Amino acid sequence: MTLWDFNILVEHWDQFMAGLGQTILASLLGLIGSLVLGTFIAIMRIAPFRVLKAIGTIYVEFIRNIPLLVVVFFFFLGLPALGIPVDPFTSGTLGLMVYTAAFIAEAIRAGIQAVPSGQSEAARSSGLSYIQNMRYIILPQAVKIVLPAIGNQLINLVKNSSVLGVIAGLDLMYYADLINLSTFKGIPVYTFVALFYLLLTVPLSLAVHYMERRFARSN
Amino acid sequence: MDFIGAYSWPNLRYLLQGFWITVQVAGLSIIFSFIIGTVLGTVRYTKTPFLSKTTAFLVDIIRNLPLLLIIFFIGMVLPQTGIRIPTFWAAVVGLSIFEGAMIAEIVRSGLVSVDKGQIEAARASGLSYMQTLRHVILPLALRRMSPPMVSQFISLIKDTSLAVIISLPELMRNVQILSGSSYSYVIPALVFASLLYFTLNYLLSIIAKRLEARQI
Repeated sequence: MTLWDFNILVEHWDQFMAGLGQTILASLLGLIGSLVLGTFIAIMRIAPFRVLKAIGTIYVEFIRNIPLLVVVFFFFLGLPALGIPVDPFTSGTLGLMVYTAAFIAEAIRAGIQAVPSGQSEAARSSGLSYIQNMRYIILPQAVKIVLPAIGNQLINLVKNSSVLGVIAGLDLMYYADLINLSTFKGIPVYTFVALFYLLLTVPLSLAVHYMERRFARSN
Repeated sequence: MDFIGAYSWPNLRYLLQGFWITVQVAGLSIIFSFIIGTVLGTVRYTKTPFLSKTTAFLVDIIRNLPLLLIIFFIGMVLPQTGIRIPTFWAAVVGLSIFEGAMIAEIVRSGLVSVDKGQIEAARASGLSYMQTLRHVILPLALRRMSPPMVSQFISLIKDTSLAVIISLPELMRNVQILSGSSYSYVIPALVFASLLYFTLNYLLSIIAKRLEARQI
């Protein structure tokens, strides 16, 4: 069995592409969902209300300390057990959103809190409104920390979306399993799958690396 | 939902047996990935011709692949070529390779962060390059890299759950099997498993925070 069996790629092109499409879709949906949820949680964590702060903290600490697969299983096995039917792709993507949101929330919070409070005070005392202060002083500085962190989370989402393969969620890992079972040529099949993942993650890694260097220089 | 029925002693014992496998896999993988990561990270840092570039290439490729793919490849695909590794060790090998690559990057950036003056001082006092590395650079860097390293070990413990894909009877696999026996066991089993993972990882994250506080 050779490493580069291009017949496998040609014969099963449609399945590879279907899987790649679902992997990209799950990652992007996961990113959008976790950005929305993560922003909410970050706001809760820096809000001056004790209850909100506690809820935000518990969410982040709990989710960050349990495996992604547990979160996914809460949707994939838990919802049907409560009588709510849910398909594997949806439960997997919901799991990705809920899990990644905890990390995004931390990134946003760290970014905002990294801006020294003197900056806010100076802006406010020179007559800028709260919104102007956020828009022109805090956020442009916070972005330098938050953006690369979100980029890293997108890379993690692409890699983590492979858990869809555990629950038959129609992603690359799932289709790879189908092709492997029908051809029994696992080595070339999974070599191509690895290449497809690298096709997504390596450019993202390079982009994050570039951003980090740019922002480091501009400081 | 039937928490009382679900938490009968045989069920709890079954889940705890899984957790024990999880702890064993995690413990061994932490040791191996630490060794692999320290060696690869140091090699990459030293700028040895050919060796450093090759290491950098391999580490970057592994870091950009899903761990699930690596574990599945070792446990399920390699046997097609006649290389058979017991499931337990397939999980340990997969985790050690992937987390080793992650730790290599932590080690490298820790080494890079060591003040140039320290190195020059050591060299000027007559230490060879290897002595400087061994007695000055590594000890200084090791202190700085310990918080991110503990965070990486927390990720490793969480990642052991991916061994369900090769049917290793660790905690998540046993949750899956118990859930299959009755609908009413699903949520109680998941809650119990989350608490086990959470407790172990939270203790480690407190250690990580302590280490971080000590830096400043």
